[in-house]
Amino acid sequence: MIVNCQNISKSYGGIQAVESVSFDVEEGNIFGFLGPDGSGKTTLFRILTTLLLPDNGSARIDGFDVVKDFRKVRNIIGYMPGRFSLYSDLSIEENLDFFATVFGTTLKENYHLIRDIYVQIEPFKKRLAGRLSGGMKQKLALSCALIHQPKLLVLDEPTTGVDAVSRKEFWDLLIGLKEKGITIIISTPYMDEAGMCDQVALMQKGKILSCDKPDEIIRKDGQQLYSLKAENIYQLLKDLRKYPETDTVFPFGQDLHYTSKEKDPDLEKLKSYLKERGHEKLVLAAITPGIEDVFMHLMEKENPLNEKL
Amino acid sequence: MKTILYIVQKEFLQIARDKFLRAAIIMVPIVQMLVLVYAATFEMKNIKIHFVDQDHSQASGELIHKFSASPFFVAVDPSEDVWTGEENLKEDRADVVCVIPSGFSEAIGTGNSTGIQLLINAINGTKAELSYVYCQAVIGDFSNRILAEKSMMAGMGGIETRPRHWYNPELNYKIFMAPGILVILVTIIGWMLTGMNLVKEKERGTLEQLNVTPIHKYQFIAGKLIPFLLIGLFDLTFGLGLARLLFNVPVEGSLVVLFTFATIYLVAILGIGLFISTISNTQQQVMFVSFFFVMIFVLMSGLFTPVDNMPEWGQKINIINPMAYFIRVIRMVLLKGSGFADIQRELIAISIFAVSTNALAIWRYRKTV
Repeated sequence: MIVNCQNISKSYGGIQAVESVSFDVEEGNIFGFLGPDGSGKTTLFRILTTLLLPDNGSARIDGFDVVKDFRKVRNIIGYMPGRFSLYSDLSIEENLDFFATVFGTTLKENYHLIRDIYVQIEPFKKRLAGRLSGGMKQKLALSCALIHQPKLLVLDEPTTGVDAVSRKEFWDLLIGLKEKGITIIISTPYMDEAGMCDQVALMQKGKILSCDKPDEIIRKDGQQLYSLKAENIYQLLKDLRKYPETDTVFPFGQDLHYTSKEKDPDLEKLKSYLKERGHEKLVLAAITPGIEDVFMHLMEKENPLNEKL
Repeated sequence: MKTILYIVQKEFLQIARDKFLRAAIIMVPIVQMLVLVYAATFEMKNIKIHFVDQDHSQASGELIHKFSASPFFVAVDPSEDVWTGEENLKEDRADVVCVIPSGFSEAIGTGNSTGIQLLINAINGTKAELSYVYCQAVIGDFSNRILAEKSMMAGMGGIETRPRHWYNPELNYKIFMAPGILVILVTIIGWMLTGMNLVKEKERGTLEQLNVTPIHKYQFIAGKLIPFLLIGLFDLTFGLGLARLLFNVPVEGSLVVLFTFATIYLVAILGIGLFISTISNTQQQVMFVSFFFVMIFVLMSGLFTPVDNMPEWGQKINIINPMAYFIRVIRMVLLKGSGFADIQRELIAISIFAVSTNALAIWRYRKTV
């Protein structure tokens, strides 16, 4: 177990940013934190990377306490903050050299680690970091975080604001790093990235709602999910919310995703209820839930009738 | 040690790449030397003097001639009545109105004492004071000459004061001001550049990345300090060269003494800049706080007004004004040729400053957010 986190709490002036969070990360895993903005992911990461002191609880990275042994922790982690934080007035090469030297190493020494990533940006190594595209900046930041051969990589929303192709590429790189034995903790607001993680923690309002393998999270949730469609989606949503058997309902793309309180819901009854309310072209189908459905479901359970649309 | 070197190297790379900074480091000394020294001079020429000659005698004519011959005065159209003079004073056509009463020459002739009225525009206190002193010099000279003539006739001697201005024999304000301006120069360069530099890393978020590295606090502060110390010393050398070239500022003392003091002084000032930036979050905050303190330090430093003229509490405040020490020391070393023994007290004081401001900066610099 490379990361062991117990009952970590942190509040900022009365606002509980992280509330009693506990989790473990196995060596060589990709551990994903999923959650909306403001769910406490960044605060948690800052505690893990020794940038912030927790109010309560303790965290150990490779056996070192993040508060007491912070200096040792800093040597074995690579951190990529959510916002681009390399020197925009230094070139790719200069940034890498600088971060390598402050860790007491050189680009040459650890070139093998970053080669796959670095070759993609190497042709532009004389270019100032500030003049790079978003995707290239991410690759440079990842290279800098890796330059000292860390055991653990902490990546705070590395794919936010990056185009779909670059996101895919970025994840391919992460899988490659995982194969080299590097443990990765990553946060993301994109639910589709959850499937690439070995473990996923769903976070909301500073708490972990569920933490397991992605398949397990879905299986444990155990809800039959239905997809519904009709002419007037908005009216359909409102009517479904009024339906007594409804457990959760939320928009998902062009459809509505619906779960029932009943173990074996009477679908005909539901259909006739909706037809009575004048819905036309009604389509209802049972589907397999994805991680996003589970997340929405868990969130709605926490705050019933989430009116935010 | 190596880590510090890498940070210094990185800083220089960034400074070299910053067009604005590059220009500032070269241009600030030039502009300050060229503009400020000339502007901040106390020398007064062309004081506009309005005569109201109510005596119309040879003696009054001689006095007026004496004024006109002086390079400091320019006579404006005289008048018979004081009222016109007052009007001129009001309209800023005259700085001084000199009223010579009727009976002036008669009183002199008979050996009685007589008076002259001077009306001086004192909107600007310093200028008024100087105008008065210049007037007095001219009148005193005139009066002495009459006394001398009389005493010669009567066979008496008088006392004449012949001042000699040591360390600045010609009372050249430029060689007095230039060293002071040099102090302002290195202070502003050092203080602002360090202050802005650290907080810029905060604003851009690069500090967050740096904080997860194993760099020690003292290494970081030292890495930030050294580049600007070198730049400060470079600007001092450059400015001193200019001062020597343009104003022929003497270098009586040893440059080793001066640069030793300057180095410690800069460390102290950079420490203040660093400290302010550790407690600030934006460049605006640094600017505001720095501006406030630099203003106070400059005005109280004794650059424009002698510290001895300040009220006692003002002089006490200057104990914590590093600029006051350096201005005193640079003048002592350059003009008077003072050595280490003479500036011992200042040297100790500024060393205490250097240690405490940097200790404060290291203590306040948090590697955690």
